[in-house]
Amino acid sequence: MSDHQYTPESKFGKWFNDRLPLLTLANHLTDYPTPKNLNYWWTFGGILTFCLITQIVTGLVLAMHYIAHADMAFDSVEHIMRDVNYGWLIRYIHANGASMFFLAVYIHIFRSLFYGSYKAPREIIWIIGIIIYLLMMAAAFMGYVLPWGQMSFWGATVITNLFSAIPLVGEGIVTWLWGGYSVDNPTLTRFFTLHYLIPFLILGLVVLHIWALHVPGNNNPVGIDIKKPSKDTVPFHPYIVIKDGFALLMFMIVFAFFVFYTPNILGHADNYIEADPLVTPAHIVPEWYLLPFYAILRSVPDKLLGVVAMLSAIFILAALPWLDTSKIRSAVFRPLYRQFYWILVADVLILGYVGAMPAEGLYLLIARVATAYYFLHFLVILPVLGFREKTLPIPLSITEPVLGGSPNLATAKNKESSIIK
Amino acid sequence: MKNFLRIFYLFILFSGVQSNSIAAEKIEYLKTDWSFKGLFGKFDRAALQRGYQVYTEVCSSCHSMKYLSYRNLAQKGGPEFTEAQAKAIAASFEVKDGPNADGDMFTRPGKLSDKFVMPYENVKAAQAANGGAYPPDMSVLVKARGGGVDYIYSLLQGYEDPPVGVTLDDGVYYNKYMYGNKIKMSNQLSDGLVEYSDGTNATVEQMSKDVTTFLMWAAEPHLEARHQMGFKAIIYLIILTVLVYFSMKRIWSRIETEV
Repeated sequence: MSDHQYTPESKFGKWFNDRLPLLTLANHLTDYPTPKNLNYWWTFGGILTFCLITQIVTGLVLAMHYIAHADMAFDSVEHIMRDVNYGWLIRYIHANGASMFFLAVYIHIFRSLFYGSYKAPREIIWIIGIIIYLLMMAAAFMGYVLPWGQMSFWGATVITNLFSAIPLVGEGIVTWLWGGYSVDNPTLTRFFTLHYLIPFLILGLVVLHIWALHVPGNNNPVGIDIKKPSKDTVPFHPYIVIKDGFALLMFMIVFAFFVFYTPNILGHADNYIEADPLVTPAHIVPEWYLLPFYAILRSVPDKLLGVVAMLSAIFILAALPWLDTSKIRSAVFRPLYRQFYWILVADVLILGYVGAMPAEGLYLLIARVATAYYFLHFLVILPVLGFREKTLPIPLSITEPVLGGSPNLATAKNKESSIIK
Repeated sequence: MKNFLRIFYLFILFSGVQSNSIAAEKIEYLKTDWSFKGLFGKFDRAALQRGYQVYTEVCSSCHSMKYLSYRNLAQKGGPEFTEAQAKAIAASFEVKDGPNADGDMFTRPGKLSDKFVMPYENVKAAQAANGGAYPPDMSVLVKARGGGVDYIYSLLQGYEDPPVGVTLDDGVYYNKYMYGNKIKMSNQLSDGLVEYSDGTNATVEQMSKDVTTFLMWAAEPHLEARHQMGFKAIIYLIILTVLVYFSMKRIWSRIETEV
């Protein structure tokens, strides 16, 4: 961790710290040398921590009033909305908080993709991040089931049924997951239990994620290794704390707008109809943040292969540090990758759009092309690009820019060619 | 700051995708000016009271409203009947209670704490009385329909003779705003159907607007409190953001980096 040894000033502090080095930890966290050129895309880590804590705190209060029973869940949610003091506020924060959480996590992930933050020596941070993302999806999906509306019920039916695609044991697994022969009360109670558990697993993984981050330190927009501490870094407190705080407040304004003025726009109207196993909704759609994967699932005609494609789309991310063969991290110095990066962003947005549409005609065709491109990007373009791309010269340090007149241009070029070989 | 514009742009894109998905079937609904929309939106008290009258005289013979209690009628941010009025309204309904000390069920006049009395004993009874279709509970109805208040408002005025070539079964009616155009509820509103105590002319349009306003309140009883708190919260956040921005500038001025 930090290079210098920390000793508390007070006698008690020293006594305590010798036994449990909490003060050393606090000192490490405040002094933690951070690249000073981090842009606002880097503030989403802090924002995500805020989102997680918000979800846990509001979720805790909701759990005090919610009743996990197929006959009472819908009623208890309405009870929260009407009769619990500020219940409407807490529920709307929790429901929109999930969307905000995913908005932030997508920005966080795409920031990593742009600046190559997943590359050595940060592979473990990245993989832990992917596991967190997977758990987030599981938690969000199960949370959406709890109000026991029509979309809850039918969403749960569709998603759990995916497991039936597994050969031989599929049907058995689905029955085991449901705790019966259809989505019913046993399904609801176990989803509630898991929905309560998973956020704490995420919390633990977030600690590991940050721990793993603090070993090599932050990547930065230039994507080069920097000396720490040096004139390229600033201590985490107060510089990064205040900057993250400012960005968080901006984020909270958007968040508040949703909660107070359009609290239901991100949800589906059908979820205000109580679950009815005998009535199937016209279109079963997941929440917006799962739509790209839903599009991938539906674009494959075979059920098993569709499930495999959908899961691969997520797991392929974990292999990213090895699929991307370029030694240069930041897309700033990779003119070709930068273009493919934006195509990928567009591709995922398109997948999200067609995921919300009925899987037929033109939509299905677009979904198939976009799915194919998604895999092409990771499996072909990225590996090949690392060998073929002519990258731009990278600077030696953050404080020394790489612009035309820089005295370091020659050295930078030398370094670049040595890196590329 | 440029980056923030980008973030914002991305965010707009996302919300664009979402709203598109909701409006998959685009129908132009009838528009009216809702007093409860916008940053300071509040319910029109008189419209809520009239809307309650329409609900209770027309809708409530088939549609339940199981999440509302009579006390809600006197609650702040709602129709705001006086407590005496709400008590009188409650007392005008017969509520089944019990069992009493002898083990028998009995009926008594309603109290403020009672839920709205349901028109039918159970779903099956409701279906039997309505040609197999269950008249949906109206407590959260406007939130349970894609078009929200505009949809309900339009639907109530959307009855037409079926176009040539469309044949309707017995007990099925044609409504141009209904999904699939076929609805099992017949046209309920006609000019002058109810007599408003405040002298408002009870046209179909007026009644539709009033009852839809009432349904909006029923689905979102804390809407006014939400708007008021939201305005304060956002103003507070903006002021705090500006202050934090300047302190950030000040702190970062110690080093030669733009923030």
